[in-house]
Amino acid sequence: MSLLALGEFHRFSAAESDFLYLVPSAAVFQLDEPSRAVLDLLGAGPLPVAAILEQLPYPADALRETIAELIGARALRYANAQPESVPRELPPSGFPLSTLVLNVSNQCNLSCAYCYEYGEDKIVDTAFGAQPKFMSQATADAAVDFLLGQCGPQKLVHLTFFGGETLLNFRVVKTTIAYARQRAEQAGKRIDFSLTTNATLLSEEIIEYLAENEVGVTISIDGPREMQDQFRVYHNGVGSYDVIAPKIRSLLQRHRSRPIGARVTLTSQTLDAGRIFRHLREEIGFWEVGFAPVTTSPNRLYAIGESGFDRMLAQFRELADEFLECSAAGRHHGFSNVRDTLEEIHKGVSKAYPCGAGLGLMGVSTDGDVALCHRFAGSDSHKIGSVGNGIDRQVQVRWLEQHHIAEKTDCSRCWARPLCSGGCYHEAHVRYGDTAHPNLHYCEWIRGWTDTCLRIYGALWVRNPKFLEQLDQEPEYETSAAS
Amino acid sequence: MKHLRRVNRKAARIERHLDEQRDVVALQRGGPPQGAPPRPHIPLGCSLLFSPGWEADSSGGAAGLCQPVERDLFDCHLGCFWPAQVPDQLNHSPDWTSKCAAAQKDWRKIDLIFP
Repeated sequence: MSLLALGEFHRFSAAESDFLYLVPSAAVFQLDEPSRAVLDLLGAGPLPVAAILEQLPYPADALRETIAELIGARALRYANAQPESVPRELPPSGFPLSTLVLNVSNQCNLSCAYCYEYGEDKIVDTAFGAQPKFMSQATADAAVDFLLGQCGPQKLVHLTFFGGETLLNFRVVKTTIAYARQRAEQAGKRIDFSLTTNATLLSEEIIEYLAENEVGVTISIDGPREMQDQFRVYHNGVGSYDVIAPKIRSLLQRHRSRPIGARVTLTSQTLDAGRIFRHLREEIGFWEVGFAPVTTSPNRLYAIGESGFDRMLAQFRELADEFLECSAAGRHHGFSNVRDTLEEIHKGVSKAYPCGAGLGLMGVSTDGDVALCHRFAGSDSHKIGSVGNGIDRQVQVRWLEQHHIAEKTDCSRCWARPLCSGGCYHEAHVRYGDTAHPNLHYCEWIRGWTDTCLRIYGALWVRNPKFLEQLDQEPEYETSAAS
Repeated sequence: MKHLRRVNRKAARIERHLDEQRDVVALQRGGPPQGAPPRPHIPLGCSLLFSPGWEADSSGGAAGLCQPVERDLFDCHLGCFWPAQVPDQLNHSPDWTSKCAAAQKDWRKIDLIFP
């Protein structure tokens, strides 16, 4: 006897409707009454079709149709069928590069205790290592040629400047932008620029240049004075808030050609997302604010522990509710964590890899070595080529094989895997010493957060579908790499 | 789809996929509906005789066969030496083929039997 059983999905409600988020397809469907009833009934255990027809008070034809649709969408499966294995398909060889992050400096004028580049959990010896402190013009130009050479048929490519503190090498940034414009034009491509900075070195002249050249700017900032000055300090321990606040205000006033975003590192000691958001968005005037928990080994004082993740989730949910009310009314809110996830839900992204590192995005260290992403730039064990000699395809393929979601057994039963796919490689490297390890310390948080974003998505679909139509268009601007 | 309403873009793709697969193209006349692109149909190892066979279309499935699988099932039931898995017509479903007078024309009318 063929028994029908529930397939793999996450069910959620929003705006008085019931929805399914199917795994691994990442499709979202709204349920009607009979389909809800079938799923409720099978929630208690597998049943034959005849029993479903008998037990539910709907016409048999309607139930048969419902069951066929649920099977088609894989929300139901035959209980005795072999579970489908995850296809382990690698991306096509020679996958085009679309974003290159240049670490133009590995020096910084701040000394943030939690910094993954200089702090206690750093990967590369930036103080006494073999690499030059600043990227030379020749290396930066070679990186531009590398990007244009590896971008395949793509018409638009992105060049992001990063550090250390990016503006310590502003001379090279400027010259590289001019060179990249000229080379992109020759190649018939469009190129877009962005940078991340701690804002300490912003001057009127630099601000003018960034505005005129439409360079996207992301500012690393942790919130109001007492939070910013807890970790983001100069080498002598003095906080940086009073230096950066006026500079950011003039940047926001003058630079109108791209939206300026703030990027906040949350730690156990500065865990108040609501207050930080209000300060940065309303009092300072950033267009959007994004948060990320600090990347650290678990024994550091500032590491966010389990209860911290719960608190963070509660705070994020409050902001997400505000986001929903604003978006339903057609107003901008600026909590970028929600917006990014909504876009992925809307497209139905189902990832084999958590991000584009080593695939569509790569990082370049000051000496021209190409690594998975900017966070690994300069690390010999995460090198996949150099700007002079191109990508080592063998290393890349081996790496893609090892990091495919099909290799992450821990993730194979998690409903959030289409969006999470095991999480950040760098985070995994710092926590577990292995880039291929799933980030098991924040599974609960990821599931909680994904559920929140799904509810917001469902509610917006009911209350303001126009908002979701915007997500069909490509984003007008790309933000620069997270610091 | 009537009972599941598509919400995101992936759901729309699944719906399109299921709609395309809704019917077999086998013994139909007149081709695909107007405006729809012609469906690829390349039978592979398909028997041209009305006799049972183990067949797959170009995608490894049975939807694109030049003869419907139901035709095979029916043939198995009637005359094949191989014990085909057909409904129990002695006890449980004696009338399962009663609406199917001519298999080529009426194969859609063979009853669906739930075990």
